[in-house]
Amino acid sequence: MAQDNKHLEVVLDTQVESVNLAEEMCLRVAEAAGFDEEMCYRIDMSVREGVINAFHYGNRERPDKKIHLAIDLTPEKLVIHVMDEGKGFKLSDVPDPLAEENILSTSGRGIFLMRAFMDEFDVVSGSTGGAEIVMSKRLPGTENMHPNGQPGSSGSDTSSQKEA
Amino acid sequence: MSLHATYRDSGTVTVVDLGGRIVLGDGSALLRKTVRQLLDENRTKILINLADVNYIDSSGIGELVHAYTSVKTRGGELKLLHLTRKVHDILQITKLYTVFEVHSDEATAVLSFR
Repeated sequence: MAQDNKHLEVVLDTQVESVNLAEEMCLRVAEAAGFDEEMCYRIDMSVREGVINAFHYGNRERPDKKIHLAIDLTPEKLVIHVMDEGKGFKLSDVPDPLAEENILSTSGRGIFLMRAFMDEFDVVSGSTGGAEIVMSKRLPGTENMHPNGQPGSSGSDTSSQKEA
Repeated sequence: MSLHATYRDSGTVTVVDLGGRIVLGDGSALLRKTVRQLLDENRTKILINLADVNYIDSSGIGELVHAYTSVKTRGGELKLLHLTRKVHDILQITKLYTVFEVHSDEATAVLSFR
C-alpha cells in the first residue's frame, strides 16, 4: 500500500438511499485497504449507523439538509467522518441501550454499535454546526504501531471510547 | 439484497421465513408489515426464521424488538429460529439475546410454544 494519505469526500442527500451508498463506498475502500471480511463488515456497519444517525437524528430526515461523508486512509488507519447539519449532541446525553429500562427500546443502538465495532470513536462539533462522528479502524498489520507510525505497544492510543 | 418474507403454518404456530437484510427502509418496513398482518389474522404464536438473514442494522434490531413487544402485548409469543453468526453477535452485544427466546431446531421451537 502507498504510504501517502488518501482522502475521499462526498456530500449526500438526506434520504434512505444515502445510507446504502455510503456503506457501499466505505466497504470498497476498506476492501482495497486490505481489511478482511469481518473487519469490512464492522466498518460498513459503523458507516451505516453513522449515516443513519445523521439522516434521522441530525438532519431530522429533512431533504434540504446534507450529510457530509469523508474517508481518510493513512498508512496506519482508516478514518471516517460523518457530519450532519443538525444541532449537534453530546455523547454523554445518549442513553445506554444496555440499561434495563432501555433494553426494549426500538431505537438508540447506533452509537453503541459504532463504539463497539470501531477502534476509535468520538463525536465533535462539526463545521456545519451539527454533529461530526469521527471513527477509525487500524489497518491490518498496524495493531502494534503508535499513532505516529512507529512500532510500540498495542491498545487505545487516543481518547478512544471503545467498548467490548 | 432486499428483505423477502413468507409465512407458513406449523400446527398452531406461524413460521415466518425471512431472507436478505433487515435494514433501514424497505427491509424494516416489510418486517413490520408482516407482523402486523399476522396479528390482524390473530396469529399470535410467531416463530421468525432468520436462517437466510445475514445482516441487520440498528433499525432492523429496533423492528425485531417492536415485533416482539407487539406480539407480547397481544398475549402472544414471538421467538427466533436459526440465527446466522452476524445476527447472533449483534443480539449478543446488544443484550437482546437475553430477551428473545432463540432456537436452533424448528421442531423443538414449535413445540416450545404454549
